[in-house]
Amino acid sequence: MLKLLNKYAQKLVSHGLCLPDTPLVGGVNDRVLWNRKDPRTAELEKIIAGLNINSIILARPVDPFATILDYHCRNSESEFVPEDTETRTFLHSIPVARSLRAEEIVPLLQKRKGCVIEGQGIITTGTVSPEQAFVVFSSIIFSAFVKFFVDYAYALHSGPVDEEAQKLLPQLLAAYERFLPVGPPTELATGPFSAADEIVQAMIEAGQATVDARMVDSFFGNISYFANEHVYISQTGSSLDELAGCIDACPLDNSASTGITASSELVAHRDIYLGGDQRAILHGHPKFSVIMSMLCFEPDCKNRGKCHIRCEKARFIDDIPIIPGEVGTGPRGLSRTLPPAVQGRRGAIVYGHGVFTVGNNDFREAFTSLATIEDACRAAYLQLIGELAAQRE
Amino acid sequence: MHGWCGKILRVNLSDQTTDELRLDPQIYARNLGGKGLAGELLFEHFQRRWDDPLLPLVLMTGPLNNTASPTSGRMTVMSRSPLTGAVCDASVGGKMGTLLKRAGYDGIILSGKSPDWCGLNICDHGVSFTDARQLCGLETSAIHHRLQAAPGMEKGAHAMIGPAAEQGVRFAAIVFDGHYFAGRGGLGLVMAAKKLKHISVVGNQKTAIFDQTELQAAQEEIYRLVAASPILTGDLGISNYGTGALYDLMRSRRMMPTANFRQTWFEHSAAMNASAYKKRYKTKKFGCAGCHILCKKVGIKGEIIPEFETMSHFSALIGNSNLEAVVEANRICNEAGMDTISAGVTLATYAELSDQQLTPDKMLDLLADITTGRGEGGALGQGALRLATKAGRPELAMVSKGLEFPAYDPRGAQGMALAYATSTRGGCHLRAYPISHEILRKPVATDRFALSGKARIIKISEDMNAVVDSLTACKFLFFAASLEEYARALNAVTGLQTSAQQLLATGERIYYRERIMNARNGFAASDDDIPARFFAESGSSSATIQVAPLDRQEFLQERAAYYRIRGLDENGLPTAEKCAALELPC
Ligand SMILES: [Zn+2]
Repeated sequence: MLKLLNKYAQKLVSHGLCLPDTPLVGGVNDRVLWNRKDPRTAELEKIIAGLNINSIILARPVDPFATILDYHCRNSESEFVPEDTETRTFLHSIPVARSLRAEEIVPLLQKRKGCVIEGQGIITTGTVSPEQAFVVFSSIIFSAFVKFFVDYAYALHSGPVDEEAQKLLPQLLAAYERFLPVGPPTELATGPFSAADEIVQAMIEAGQATVDARMVDSFFGNISYFANEHVYISQTGSSLDELAGCIDACPLDNSASTGITASSELVAHRDIYLGGDQRAILHGHPKFSVIMSMLCFEPDCKNRGKCHIRCEKARFIDDIPIIPGEVGTGPRGLSRTLPPAVQGRRGAIVYGHGVFTVGNNDFREAFTSLATIEDACRAAYLQLIGELAAQRE
Repeated sequence: MHGWCGKILRVNLSDQTTDELRLDPQIYARNLGGKGLAGELLFEHFQRRWDDPLLPLVLMTGPLNNTASPTSGRMTVMSRSPLTGAVCDASVGGKMGTLLKRAGYDGIILSGKSPDWCGLNICDHGVSFTDARQLCGLETSAIHHRLQAAPGMEKGAHAMIGPAAEQGVRFAAIVFDGHYFAGRGGLGLVMAAKKLKHISVVGNQKTAIFDQTELQAAQEEIYRLVAASPILTGDLGISNYGTGALYDLMRSRRMMPTANFRQTWFEHSAAMNASAYKKRYKTKKFGCAGCHILCKKVGIKGEIIPEFETMSHFSALIGNSNLEAVVEANRICNEAGMDTISAGVTLATYAELSDQQLTPDKMLDLLADITTGRGEGGALGQGALRLATKAGRPELAMVSKGLEFPAYDPRGAQGMALAYATSTRGGCHLRAYPISHEILRKPVATDRFALSGKARIIKISEDMNAVVDSLTACKFLFFAASLEEYARALNAVTGLQTSAQQLLATGERIYYRERIMNARNGFAASDDDIPARFFAESGSSSATIQVAPLDRQEFLQERAAYYRIRGLDENGLPTAEKCAALELPC
């Protein structure tokens, strides 16, 4: 148990979300264990006593995230509701507390998996593993970040602009610079690959590089490679920086269903391979790509509010299409919208969700595209708010 | 009341009279429905023997039945098990749950004993009893056919017992709508003890919904998660392949119970997976009322494709490599109305006891003998533990509290060891279902070869599934959604203002009550155990997967931790303190 607690405390730090020695991670079996000593554990144990959980995280993230969370707290009565896929699918809403008191926190955590405490950070829980608490923690950061920049752009376009947000913007952008994508630390392997071991190795390496380059915040991305009439794909809920043992080989003819644990996007990946010459797919959640996907100023659009499933407008960032689609195989699922959009292109951005990129032989191209798309989106965002601000004057 | 009908039909079979029970809304809110409410109603009768006419057999729906809430077609059947003597509740699909609500009832309490075989018929206008003697000895599909042919009943829901129950088989099931089973623990035999052959229900009433818009929003949230779940709706998931989709996974994880749990890998399994059935039988899908996943599969000629447990036990556990024989074994069990899991394990026990390898023909003959009581059938129909005990080798029965194990070897998913042991109904995977995180990675993955630290997870999962079975929702949905989304659906339907964690507290109380019921019947720590084989013998390891025996010391430590977490004493018995905290009689 202690090993797991330390693992996720360490992950919060190595992902750059928290400063060393700040995350507090607790695990519960017949008694409570903590990753370190802290005066707040007494109050946290009261919170634990009010819940049926087996793990809890309390930590204040670094800037720009802490400032953004506090901003949302000041501007929300009891909760805030970002509109990205992460929130829509898993978080539903993000409750806000004003103090770390069990009486205040327990009712919020009875309803949701995590909440924000103004000035103190984020508190999240899990029922089977601290990994759940870690995932919710990082999802809240992702969703809160996206909401701030999306709201700001819309306010510039058509609403009153909050003065505080305006004042914070330069410092937030500056603080975020160290999270911008960087190239892979070492050159990724050159394909094509054919032996299973080789494929798995290349996937592990590319997954790690994607995390190191900060391109999969929030919930996990996914990754796959196509060879030998099999789609090799990361398992559902696997972390791209921990892919060893978490890759399923799924035969094209479905003659075995071992891949029942494969990523929910298996069908989308498979259909991309069947529709073209690609061999590699990489999927991450770089933030400015998600932000730009959610900014559309089409006047009086009949699909407003349903953009994530209904958008019919052809939207692009450079050559990259922005498409609707929900996670998985539903009638408005990515399995239907993504494969045709990617055909003949480097990739696609899915509304409110993330970016899928492809490569012909290996992950180098897909990795580079993921990074350049995010760069382009960030540049596009800065240009957009510049233009919107100019228009207001 | 919203969600609930507010009345429960009470049937006295001895004199064929009925009345209506109206409970305080508080009792509904506290027990929800299904397993919870049935447990509440059974509590005071629970020390009666299974064949005591005064022991009730309870059928109970939940607040979500007959609403737009996803997978709201299920219901609970509950009584005391003739096989184990323990608590026995079964969550059953089909359309009975929906139709019972449409007929205006939340549930039925059956007690007494009819002078001769009878049928119970319920519709909007009232309740009637019919002579059912002519249905005796018939296969369940024939009974179903006849019941549907009765005037006005073609769209009805029908629950029935088959020849196995008439024959006294201790793992006789109740068969619903031809394809759905209150399968485990011998509930069919309890029904037979009341001389009740079938229950038929039609109805047209609507269930009142507190907030329709909210319900739709909750429904959307749940459907979104279902669509995002590879296990449910992915290309290889159970919507396409049925629960048999798990077969390949168990094979690749080397945890498929083989040769009565002496091995964990079956050499012919690659050719007997879900894909093989799909190809061989060109399957189509169907499922419960109010469900869009449709996990059941039927072949082009109407062959019923076995569920995962059945596929596994009638192949690997018995050493059978003939696909058609698995389908036939399943057919025999379904037609006779008996549990395939208990039947499979009992045959495997028989094979080990008599040191023989059953041929497909022998397997089918023995199953047929169980349904007629011919030859060794009578002894086999008593279940694995009684069979092995009679042979002086009780340790060869792969059971917990006398209930035969399903198709997950606990050496390959160690949380399952504790889950089997602590389950109030015995060797059952569905109470805590650690397979969800140990194998299927939901909600996230845990280390399947570790037991230490899992006690609390098992306890929380038991509480959660107690809620699911009380709502009454489908457990499969919880590979995707959670109580967070279902709390919203429940609030929308009933007007309650509950949350995921408050529901877990409700589940805790429901589960603890079952511990009390078992304790009153003599169950204690020595019953919260699994056979010695799992601590002494290795499974079938491969070059990369080591399937070691379980560590006895670790198991006992974790079980002790479980008792502390659950508020039981060192012997696994309820404590006055915890009973008081949960407001339960001790
Ligand atoms: Zn994604």
